[in-house]
Amino acid sequence: MSEANPFDDIPGTTLFDANKSREGYHLNMFCMSIGNADNRDEFKKDERTYLDRYPMTEEQRECVLKRDALRLIEIGGNIYFLAKLFYADGRAMRSVCAGMAGMTDKQYEEMMLSGGRSPDGNRSKSEWA
Amino acid sequence: MAKIVASVNCSHVPAIGAAWDLGKTEQPYWQPVFKGFEYSKKWIADLKPDVVILVYNDHASAFSLEVIPTFALGTGAEFKPADEGWGPRPVPTVYGHPKLASHIAQSVILDEFDLTLVNKMDVDHGLTVPLTLMFGQPEEWPCKVIPLAVNVVQYPPPTGNRCYNLGKAIKKAVEEYPEDLRVVIFGTGGMSHQLQGKRAGLINKEWDNNFLDLLTHEPDKAAKIPFIEYVRETGSEGIEMVMWLVSRGALEDKVREKHRYYHVPASNTALGHLILENESFKG
Repeated sequence: MSEANPFDDIPGTTLFDANKSREGYHLNMFCMSIGNADNRDEFKKDERTYLDRYPMTEEQRECVLKRDALRLIEIGGNIYFLAKLFYADGRAMRSVCAGMAGMTDKQYEEMMLSGGRSPDGNRSKSEWA
Repeated sequence: MAKIVASVNCSHVPAIGAAWDLGKTEQPYWQPVFKGFEYSKKWIADLKPDVVILVYNDHASAFSLEVIPTFALGTGAEFKPADEGWGPRPVPTVYGHPKLASHIAQSVILDEFDLTLVNKMDVDHGLTVPLTLMFGQPEEWPCKVIPLAVNVVQYPPPTGNRCYNLGKAIKKAVEEYPEDLRVVIFGTGGMSHQLQGKRAGLINKEWDNNFLDLLTHEPDKAAKIPFIEYVRETGSEGIEMVMWLVSRGALEDKVREKHRYYHVPASNTALGHLILENESFKG
């Protein structure tokens, strides 16, 4: 492409496009599998062994074990699939979002109650430089 | 003949469904969310639609990454509430209207909208939360519901313009259906929210409210908003608002705004709600 892709200019955001979907296919399909209660129990018993069944990258497996949501998003995870992993831990989406934003649950909650994160200063990567 | 007389737009935040199911509607955090639907419940109880066409998105419940349909119309007779990892919501089974849905499919495909047709799928909070907000907790939903699932999970989703024009094709299809049926179309999701990355928690009140104005009075302009603007201004999940354009396209150009409500926050999301009636509709 001759021009910069505007999709790459949104700060703090990974767009889950066809390319990301390909990169994260097995990671997300693993997440899908633990939407099922029996699979969830089996995963909980031995996470490592369960993950080895899915041909994802070693970094993706490590990030699942560490519950590193921010990195998982960057390496092909989709939030609606990852949600199943965090729900299995009893985490609320608000808490997962707080973690990705580098905030405590309380800081994040206060931000949301006061109207959320402003778009000002958050529209372009040039504003985060 | 059948006729779409009005549209209902609202957010479909899963935590709203959980708050309802756990009896938290009067808690200070949730009370302002449910208050926005007091008028709406009465309005729809008086209107008594025979059928609701419900535009929503699935969230890795019925569709994994194995199959990603851009537009999937539910032509089946019934749709069960999905188990989203904590058991299905305690809400009634959704009964479809296979005859009208098949007619819509036939008509819009010949109008060059290549829908995926689904006879078996479970429906998640994207579909059931709007029903709860509008109808409360009846033994059975008071009307038939035709699900129309739009992919907004894997980008790019369909453009706002494509959604708007699909709405117009659905309007035409419904009006060709010979049976007298009163139809309401729901466009759900949004408004601004971002559930991922370091920009999580983004909310854009000014943009959202401008969108409500445009959708009501200048839908042609709203339809031209490009994908990148939704993401930049309203967050990666704000893109769900393209689904509101399907419902707007299915109405006449001139509409009456019956109700509008906006509240921040509902969990991570700006809750928006809009009811529009065709100007020609006499009620």
